[in-house]
Amino acid sequence: MSGAADKHRETFREEANELLTELETALLELEETPDDTELIGRVFRAMHTIKGSGAMFGFDDIAAFTHEVETAFDLVRNGKTAVTKGLIDLTLSARDQIRAMLNPSDTETVDVVKAGELVAAFRELVTGKKKDACPSAPASGKGSPSAQVSAGVKSEKATYRVRFHPARDIFMCGTNPLCLLNEMRGLGNCRIVAQLEAVPPLEDLNPGECYTYWDIILTTDQGINAIKDVFIFVEDSSDLKIDVIDDGGRLDTESDYKRLGEILTERGDLTTDDLQKTLSAQKRIGELLIETGTIEPGHVESALAEQKHVKEIRKERQSTESISSIRVPSEKLDKLVDLVGELVTVQARLSQTAAAGNDSTLLSISEEIERLTWELRDNTMNIRMIPIGTTFSKFKRLVRDLSGELGKEIEMTTDGAETELDKTVIEKLNDPLVHLIRNSIDHGIEMPGEREAAGKPKQGTVHLSAVHSGTSVLIRIKDDGKGLDAETIRAKAAERGLIASDAELSDRELFELILLPGFSTAKNITNVSGRGVGMDVVKQALGALRGHIEIASTKGEGTTITLRLPLTLAIIEGLLVKIADDCFVFPLSVVEECVELTRKDVTDSHGRNLANVRGQIIPYIRLRERFAIGGDLPEIEQIVIIGSDGCRTGFVVDNVIGEHQTVIKSLGRFYRDTEGLSGATILGDGTVALILDINKLVRNAELDEQAAL
Amino acid sequence: MSVIGLTETTQYLTFKLDEEIFALDIGKVREVLDFTTVTKVPQTPDFMRGVINLRGSVVPVVDMRLKFGMSETEKTVNTCIIIAEVSLDNETTVLGALSDSVQEVIELEPGQIEPAPRIGTRLKTDFIKGMGKRDSQFIMILDIDKVFTSDELVIVHDAGKEAVLS
Repeated sequence: MSGAADKHRETFREEANELLTELETALLELEETPDDTELIGRVFRAMHTIKGSGAMFGFDDIAAFTHEVETAFDLVRNGKTAVTKGLIDLTLSARDQIRAMLNPSDTETVDVVKAGELVAAFRELVTGKKKDACPSAPASGKGSPSAQVSAGVKSEKATYRVRFHPARDIFMCGTNPLCLLNEMRGLGNCRIVAQLEAVPPLEDLNPGECYTYWDIILTTDQGINAIKDVFIFVEDSSDLKIDVIDDGGRLDTESDYKRLGEILTERGDLTTDDLQKTLSAQKRIGELLIETGTIEPGHVESALAEQKHVKEIRKERQSTESISSIRVPSEKLDKLVDLVGELVTVQARLSQTAAAGNDSTLLSISEEIERLTWELRDNTMNIRMIPIGTTFSKFKRLVRDLSGELGKEIEMTTDGAETELDKTVIEKLNDPLVHLIRNSIDHGIEMPGEREAAGKPKQGTVHLSAVHSGTSVLIRIKDDGKGLDAETIRAKAAERGLIASDAELSDRELFELILLPGFSTAKNITNVSGRGVGMDVVKQALGALRGHIEIASTKGEGTTITLRLPLTLAIIEGLLVKIADDCFVFPLSVVEECVELTRKDVTDSHGRNLANVRGQIIPYIRLRERFAIGGDLPEIEQIVIIGSDGCRTGFVVDNVIGEHQTVIKSLGRFYRDTEGLSGATILGDGTVALILDINKLVRNAELDEQAAL
Repeated sequence: MSVIGLTETTQYLTFKLDEEIFALDIGKVREVLDFTTVTKVPQTPDFMRGVINLRGSVVPVVDMRLKFGMSETEKTVNTCIIIAEVSLDNETTVLGALSDSVQEVIELEPGQIEPAPRIGTRLKTDFIKGMGKRDSQFIMILDIDKVFTSDELVIVHDAGKEAVLS
């Protein structure tokens, strides 16, 4: 197979995967509101597009399979069958089947047997319904060939001009032209103008004859054959003329659509001579033509309608084209972010050099570059931001399937789906969230009977929310289940020798024990969870994302797990400080203020690491001691006050240098396990500064102090 | 007697630690840099001197003298950092080895290299691939992958913890 074809197939695969996600979301919503025709339309469209483009790119198996599903949904769309849980279940498994067919690598082999079963199930559904709805059967039978035509032609919208001049005796054949016109309306955006010029005065009128003919302007993606199908029974006796007047953009190069006169001449309603004559009179051409009686007012009206219609269609198309997006491989974006990172580093160096010299021209250039670089950085980071909602809908499915499996009644609610996060963060967040939600469902929410006994609603709730908080994003998984039992955890931890049996631990500390590998309080291991692996995975994944996990729980009322994540992984705003000759960077997002610490303040506090900041007691950590850095203390030190985990902590440093655009570099394999540091960055002068992991430092300090007592 | 695994004539980069000559397989060496500012990473053992900026990436630097039980490297005009590629748990990482001076690139035939004696080198035999001779001086050919195995790094981790508690 040629490379180009492969590429197209790849694009199709990507698109289809997106469509499948869309399909899943729509299906789950549909389950909640089964009457929503808009949703049914969404499901149908997604399926239809998969089928159409699947056939186009040679995924014939997918096209054939999807066709069966589509047929079933066609019935739903036409109101011939209702949305039932059975149908949703069936369609969801069909969706999974399509996904498996699409990504053969995902599963070992495509389950042909299962596909066959599904097809059979759908067929049964369709034929069963058809028998029920006997009178309407021909109509639904007619629906599917037109759908098939469209599968071949598809997507490209074109506008047609149809003049339908029925035979005088059309009524005698039992045809109602209005039905045909309605059918045309069903094909797409349609304008119909009736031409009445042949209607005789009342005394001459024969009610059994049809005097009227129609001009129809139709924009549809169904292709010309669909139009011909409409008139198939009257074709021979009637005068039918179909022209393509706008074929989906290819003709847009012409500056504007045809003038009214041109349209009329082209239709043969007007000769060129007549047109020229009328034009020379220099009035509005439509009025003139009617005044002079050259043509019937109806013709002008029809031509005007055509003009307006095509103009609107083009305008609409242009607006959709201008807001449409382009597809870029994510590696290209990653490369871009890398380059911006390098640029930020160089820019910092330029600023420093410019500030050191006294060349005012250079300084102004450097400021300009600085502004541009920051803007570029923000924009680049923005490109990578995607809403977290796509992940959320995946979890809806998870909750639905799992609760069914475990016999629990659980509703999943979400908010903040529009919250945007860096693409990499979202990708890596998937696994931890799956584990946490599984935990909530399996361990958190009780069986319906148990819940009723405890005076809670039978249906449990898992609430997933995302919200911005400064430069972090908070993701919460909240359930109203039985909550964590601090005592059970304590007993289990003591039994495993993780804590001393008489250790005094706060609830928060106890809850954190569940994050340890192999720790599980579940009495039975189910295939959902209980092996004690999950929470460790969560912790590891969050560590890699520089995120933190907080657990709050009330026994009997539920558990809330909060994940705090940085917005982006590549660049942060930092506060540069100095201890002796070493530079360190605080993430600026957690810094609240900087205050001075004099020798006198130190002696006043009698050797305790407490500072009095405007009447508030702030404990502080001496970074110099912590990092075992030698050298003399300066006369006045600085305390950088950090707001973290709800309390304020100070870090004593020698000097605060200022804000710094920090491009985060990994410390690499060798320093991977160094505690209290989350990475390194390169300063303007080319040296390396270390980025502090504030939460870890505070925690370690707490632990050490407790150990020392 | 020859060393297993050495069958072809190979080029080696020789460098000095104190007055002794050591050598590295040239295939492992990426480049040689002048000594620059090294940022010390707190709570790590002394032989891990810190990190440097190598054209935008952060590269760890190891003091080879300290690693081999000599005194700390003093900065002189000849001090340089040999940037080498080390495979660690099947993962290639780049690191800088601090040495007193870089000598030359030499060619040694397998016959010229003898296995390291089990005693007398005052170094872990694992670290040494073999011993060569040139102008009546011994050359210790290092197996850089062995010098920085994950076991060696565990020590780093522990040392970090001790520093916290002390």
